[in-house]
Amino acid sequence: MSLAAGVDANFVSPVYVDVSPSGNNAKGLQAMHDEAALLLARSQFAFTLVFHFIFPSFTIGLASYLAVLEGLWLRTRQTLYLDLFRYWAKIFAINFAMGVVSGIVMSYQFGTNWSVFSDRAGPIVGPLMAYEVLTAFFLEAGFLGVMIFGMKKVGPGLHFFATCMVALGTCISAFWIIAANSWMQTPQGWTLNSAHQFVPSHGWPTVIFTPSFPYRLIHTLIASFLTTALVVGAVGAWHLIRGNDTPQVRKMFSMAMWMAALVAPVQILVGDQHGLNTLEHQPAKVLAMEGDYRPSPDGAPLILFGLPDSAGAQVKAKIEIPHAGSLILRHDPHAPLQGLTDLPRNEWPPVPIVFWSFRIMVGLATLMLLLGLGSLWARVRGQLYSWGLLHRLALVMGPAGFVATTAGWVTTEVGRQPYTIYHVMTTAESVSPIAAPGVGVSLVAFAIVYFAAFSAGIGYILRLMAHPPATGEPDHPDQPIHAAGITPAPAIEGGRA
Amino acid sequence: MIEPDPTLALIWACIIAFAIAAYVFMDGFDLGIGILFPFFPVGKERDQAMNAIAPVWDGNETWLVMGGGGLLAAFPLAYSIILPALYPPIIAMLLGLVFRGVAFEFRWRDPRHRPVWDVAFFVGSTVAALSQGMILGALLQGIHVEGRAYAGGWWDWLTPFTVLAGLSLVIGYALLGACFLLWKTEGLVHEDARRHARYLAPLLVLAIGAVSLATPFLQGHYYRRWFAWPNVLATAQVPLLVIIVAGLLFWSLAKGRERAPFFLTMALFLLSMAGLAVSIFPDVIPGRVSIYEAAAPGVSQGFMLVGAVILIPVILAYTGWAYWVFRGKVGEAGYH
Repeated sequence: MSLAAGVDANFVSPVYVDVSPSGNNAKGLQAMHDEAALLLARSQFAFTLVFHFIFPSFTIGLASYLAVLEGLWLRTRQTLYLDLFRYWAKIFAINFAMGVVSGIVMSYQFGTNWSVFSDRAGPIVGPLMAYEVLTAFFLEAGFLGVMIFGMKKVGPGLHFFATCMVALGTCISAFWIIAANSWMQTPQGWTLNSAHQFVPSHGWPTVIFTPSFPYRLIHTLIASFLTTALVVGAVGAWHLIRGNDTPQVRKMFSMAMWMAALVAPVQILVGDQHGLNTLEHQPAKVLAMEGDYRPSPDGAPLILFGLPDSAGAQVKAKIEIPHAGSLILRHDPHAPLQGLTDLPRNEWPPVPIVFWSFRIMVGLATLMLLLGLGSLWARVRGQLYSWGLLHRLALVMGPAGFVATTAGWVTTEVGRQPYTIYHVMTTAESVSPIAAPGVGVSLVAFAIVYFAAFSAGIGYILRLMAHPPATGEPDHPDQPIHAAGITPAPAIEGGRA
Repeated sequence: MIEPDPTLALIWACIIAFAIAAYVFMDGFDLGIGILFPFFPVGKERDQAMNAIAPVWDGNETWLVMGGGGLLAAFPLAYSIILPALYPPIIAMLLGLVFRGVAFEFRWRDPRHRPVWDVAFFVGSTVAALSQGMILGALLQGIHVEGRAYAGGWWDWLTPFTVLAGLSLVIGYALLGACFLLWKTEGLVHEDARRHARYLAPLLVLAIGAVSLATPFLQGHYYRRWFAWPNVLATAQVPLLVIIVAGLLFWSLAKGRERAPFFLTMALFLLSMAGLAVSIFPDVIPGRVSIYEAAAPGVSQGFMLVGAVILIPVILAYTGWAYWVFRGKVGEAGYH
């Protein structure tokens, strides 16, 4: 589902702080109340969305991995690829189901929490999201069932086709959601109708292919591939550490390390291009990421760490590399760079969140690069399966993709504040007329239910991962199982046996 | 095209009505089995009841996403008024469905905690059904709108009428679930399902009667819709048909038929929906906002129609095929 309105949880927008007039108590109280409701609405949306996105980000990468595994099996006829395919297909099915369950909530969160946004932007983002729903629906009703249950029923060729369609479908799903999000980041091709709704003025291609769309789509897809590679690598590393040194475990670890070595550098390059694009279209976001409060006429430094202080418009206790910021952003160490103080104060995003989430993402990307390089080094020395330190690093980095992806989304979504639609509609204007206590109670309910329900699911996935893939990995669990209506025929035979 | 287009609005109203109806029919019996779950003995009976719906439930549930996503895209104004107005029951429904969904998955995979997941399955199903009925009831009794936004209070959705509507839907789903088991199972669970269906059927007819009698007095224009001359000649057919179908249902249960009760219960649902349409069409928020006012601009509805026309038939074909594959009776270990 989509990544849209305000993802930041801890920030009170400056626009809002300024509206409470000190002279009028009743009005001031009302403003404080609205402010709390807005903050809670954003927290709830952020919570349900971050929780939801864990699953699709893994789904996208895993679907492609499964297609690769099955393709290799068909080409080489080595059964270890089939074993790996079946091993990961079971994990895929559970992950997909949790994505569906948490996704249903998302299709209602826009209305419950952002009703004014839904009314006004519905004519543009609604159809894009509807296409995502149709695609996911189509996938689930169609090829997923064949992929998970149908090898015996349809034959390997058609089955491979179904797997490829699932992989393609997850990417198409991402296409639509990123299109909706990118339009909110860099809106274009719209006009207002008589009901003050945003409406396409130059056709749908203009709405879909906004300036930030290609960068965001590629960056997100690669993030999913890398996330999956890190999970697969961590599972492989775990079994190597435990001494389950089988050909299947070796193969999955090796494949994952190739991905880390090849894709992590590509992702860093794509991220850089995405950043340059953002500097062009949403400068405030990049300035917040960099912590550049003041303009730098002779080239901006690169602030590595520090404590952003928006009230004093400065980064305290900072460690910086002179001129490196301009070198990265302008490819010239002495190129002048704006500062946030050049922009109106009420257009600043919450700098500390953006600053830190960006550093978390970049820091983890650096570690991923190191892991990839380490694996290349181990490969050259013939120690890929025996170097314990590498395996431990790969194990620890297992969840890094999820954390980095979340941090990246927090950077881009919080960096868009105080707007839902950049420079056009503010988050404060978008919120539903729901009082704070209601939103607060439902947020707590969501938190309890999500932790109870999804921790059980994640726990089950972890238990599956704790077993190494077997030679002749069974095709299916021996219980009745389902995938949106397609026959689990083999499962039924298994259930009888 | 940047303003609503009446033809497209009507087409989309039909598509969304169809998605909601498909959801009610298909997830209705899933939820019904969840509602009846504690009344089946622990062990093989419960396994068999769950097996009967295991292959289809999540496909069924996806129609709800179509309903929600479709409403946002095709009728954004309605979406942005209804969801804040019915915030508590909608959130309760979603959380109930989350519980129901994961209970399905983990009941099998985590036998040690099976009693916990059984409770989650029952509570999730019942809360979801009750909430859906209350959502419908609250929509029918009217929503306070000012400008383009909900202007009522936090508890507007909770009235005796909405409680009646909620309980009615719980009874209706339970009957649908019992009749589905009657059709799809054999042995002990089949006998239990018959016992439940025999008292649930008259209860449902009573509930339909109570809701139908209350509805015309909720808003003045409902009364005129139903009772103004000569409308009454047409509208009177709905309750008449309800009586006939109810009679057939009682007869088929008494005769021990296995398949007919399910389809007759579905007919009762269909007639209730027809009654609903008589009351509110062409409004989406009764008495306040019509489908023509709430519609997204023609350029948006037209764009989506392309995808819907291609994909919905494919989805239906797949769904039909899946039900065909699972057409037999379910055994203890799954479908034969």
